[in-house]
Amino acid sequence: MPILNARDMPEQRGYLPTAEELEGFRAAQQLAYAAAEAVAAELKPGMTEKQAAALQEIWLRDHGVTDWLHAPFAWFGDRTAFQGFKVAVQFLPTNRRLEENMPFILDNAPVLNGFTADIGYAGVLGENPILDRILDDLAEHRALILQLIRQGRSMRDVSRAVDKLILHQGFEPRHKAYPFEVLAHQVTRMTPRETPRRTMPFKFGMDFLGTLGRVALVARKQGWSPLWNSGEGSNHPPIPGLWAVEPHLGFRGVGAKFEELLVITEDDAYWLDDDIPHVRRWKERGLWPVADVPLLGA
Amino acid sequence: MTRAITIDSAGTQLRVYTYGDSKKTPIVLVHGYPDNHGVWEPVAERLASKHFVITYDVRGAGASDAPRKQSDYRMTQLSADLKAVVDSQIGDRPFHLAGHDWGSIQSWESVTAEGPLKARILSYTTISGPCLDHMGHWLRKRTLNLSPSAKAKVFKQALSSWYIGFFHLPVLAPSAWQGGLDKLWPQYLKHRENVVEPEPNPTQGKDGKHGVQLYRANFRNKLINPDARHAACPVQLIVPTRDNYVGTQLFEDLHEWVDELYRRDLNANHWVPLSHPETIAAWIEEFVSGVEKGKMSGALQHARVRPERRELPLYGKTAVVTGAGSGIGRATAFKLAEAGADLVCVDINEDSTERTAELSRLLGANAWARKVDVGSAQAMQRLAKWVEKELGGADIIVNNAGIGMAGGVLDTSTQDWDRILKVNLWGVIHGSRLFARQMVDNHRAGHIINVASAAAFAPNRKLAAYSTSKAAVYMLSECLRGELADHDIGVTAICPGFVATGIASNTVYTGMNEEEQAAKRAKADALYQRRNFSPEEVADAILNAVQTNPPLALVGAEAWTTRLLSRFAPALSRRVARIDITP
Repeated sequence: MPILNARDMPEQRGYLPTAEELEGFRAAQQLAYAAAEAVAAELKPGMTEKQAAALQEIWLRDHGVTDWLHAPFAWFGDRTAFQGFKVAVQFLPTNRRLEENMPFILDNAPVLNGFTADIGYAGVLGENPILDRILDDLAEHRALILQLIRQGRSMRDVSRAVDKLILHQGFEPRHKAYPFEVLAHQVTRMTPRETPRRTMPFKFGMDFLGTLGRVALVARKQGWSPLWNSGEGSNHPPIPGLWAVEPHLGFRGVGAKFEELLVITEDDAYWLDDDIPHVRRWKERGLWPVADVPLLGA
Repeated sequence: MTRAITIDSAGTQLRVYTYGDSKKTPIVLVHGYPDNHGVWEPVAERLASKHFVITYDVRGAGASDAPRKQSDYRMTQLSADLKAVVDSQIGDRPFHLAGHDWGSIQSWESVTAEGPLKARILSYTTISGPCLDHMGHWLRKRTLNLSPSAKAKVFKQALSSWYIGFFHLPVLAPSAWQGGLDKLWPQYLKHRENVVEPEPNPTQGKDGKHGVQLYRANFRNKLINPDARHAACPVQLIVPTRDNYVGTQLFEDLHEWVDELYRRDLNANHWVPLSHPETIAAWIEEFVSGVEKGKMSGALQHARVRPERRELPLYGKTAVVTGAGSGIGRATAFKLAEAGADLVCVDINEDSTERTAELSRLLGANAWARKVDVGSAQAMQRLAKWVEKELGGADIIVNNAGIGMAGGVLDTSTQDWDRILKVNLWGVIHGSRLFARQMVDNHRAGHIINVASAAAFAPNRKLAAYSTSKAAVYMLSECLRGELADHDIGVTAICPGFVATGIASNTVYTGMNEEEQAAKRAKADALYQRRNFSPEEVADAILNAVQTNPPLALVGAEAWTTRLLSRFAPALSRRVARIDITP
């Protein structure tokens, strides 16, 4: 989820983290995935989204997290595909209960020692062939995004290439359900907090809506957008910094995404970490690295 | 090539007949009542070229002994006979089995009872002969069920099983066979059962008289005390839908007893081995070969009974969708798959139609992808032939493939006219003609959906060729609907408005260079995106049309507007035609 604080926005175009800072981000992302994997292993039929969100929060607090980019999320069943989502509050965890063979997505964004992570973890309790297919096909998106960014293509065009690939794959681009239809958003360093911050999903939601307005203004002034989508606002070359990229694919009530940090430097780009659950899964299945990146004329 | 030999089954002499080379895959065919092995002869001869076919006269029939005691006709005895027959011909090799009528009823015993044969039977084709235990459970479930429809099914079956009660009457039933019924039997087969040239059977009187014992020895106790009987091998159920004795309702629970069940309906009477030997031989051969190879043909995959999909509205239907690689075609394929149909996805783009088929399979459907240029008569003919041969025909045709073209009549070159009419009009003509012909010939009720457009009603100076092709599709559909109404085949024209599909970004703008065209396409695509009218809505209308058969389905505000304008304000419609509507 793209939740930003305007005051954390970089003043200049882009942000170039030091090697040390990158280590901090990597550690935060590893912790965020560890939380998702630990909670996923605990999920049982009958559990609610609210419980799954709370479990992530407890796990992360137990591991030293005191601040958040956003409160943890959890979506079950057809809510993984954001079916019928119209307003932002619908993203908040509900009392939807998990059932056998139901897909789920866990999403958390802890801030560890001032380093922000924002990850998404999709899975299923049991078996779901549609989910397997979507998870497999997400690999092409991870390869496509990196390749086009490395070519220096405009961020809008990269987002449009992702749209095109999703259409070609026969899925729906469900990240379009997010406010501003974002494919990704920028992530920066935050000042470590003295006191732990409470996570109140609704308040976070309100903060987030307020932030979006400010973000849009700042971005316009600076001539680039920290919200990366297929619109004209993103029609600029890749902006250095850390981007939480989250292509979200849906098919007939089943949704899945990955979300992880992409590092863009002045002349290159790379994924912050390859040792993460969905990449490990693709490697096991022989899907990574992607042999033939489907550019589809992009 | 027929060889006849007599063998011994625990004191009863049985006459066995074999066809073909004994080294080939063995198939055993078991006859029913009141027949003898001769009922299988036309089928056996057809199978003999590739298989070793074994038939025999069951006890009480033909040249085999007829024990006197009723208890000698119990299921266990009949199953032991089958074992004696196969042991004498093929030792302990496994074999394939098929049975008709009583031959099928008694073969169920060997297929389902824990015994020496169960593991040796590789496949079983059953025609018009339910397992008596299954029938007992079927009856019990429905008699205990208080719903009127369950009672009606039992009553219906009771009506067509009148003769079973008759056979339980002492003296009368056996003597009827000797009092002239044997002579009348060929006439009965001819007139009541549509067997074209029934050959008189020299042992008909004996077959009829002794066979009555089969009913007496087994029906009562099996129906009252049915066992739980599961089959271990794949079973092909062939259902003659006009059977006067065995109702199709008897098979509705069969999947509970058979894990791998295939069901094929044949529009025929009870004696299909005599009336349709080609079909029966072909189906047995296809099934046997599928089991041997470990991969079933397309038709059998389609015939596989899938209990989890039985309640879906289009279960058992086959749909052909053209232009299935993207847009409306792809959305329609998914929608029909979810509604229970199996799919043939057709597109000129092989990768994308394969992808549609693959995702349709994830939705539970059987799906095949075919690369076809719908504008080519030969290619469409090959498609229709393939569908008929591999899948046994289709029930739903969605002629959806189409291309966009903008420009006036004068700007559009002959080649461009040719191109768009080939795909948009000829594609629909081929699809409609070929598949409607199949449906009519096979007496198959079905539905043809032709995707036209809101442009069919809206003249415009800049959309000449496209609108012309779509207006023609609309008229073709109306005419076809009139023509096919008597054949139970529905026809619907679907007219959508501006749907966000690939069509806008592939539209040809006549009289412009590539660069100008690209700019136009980008603009049009953006407009379509802004309209945000998804192919899903058209797919919904198509599914609805399949179920309710409207002559015309308008989808979206544009379609309603153009339709109403052309009908009630034609002058205004003509004014609009003078405006350039391209972006």
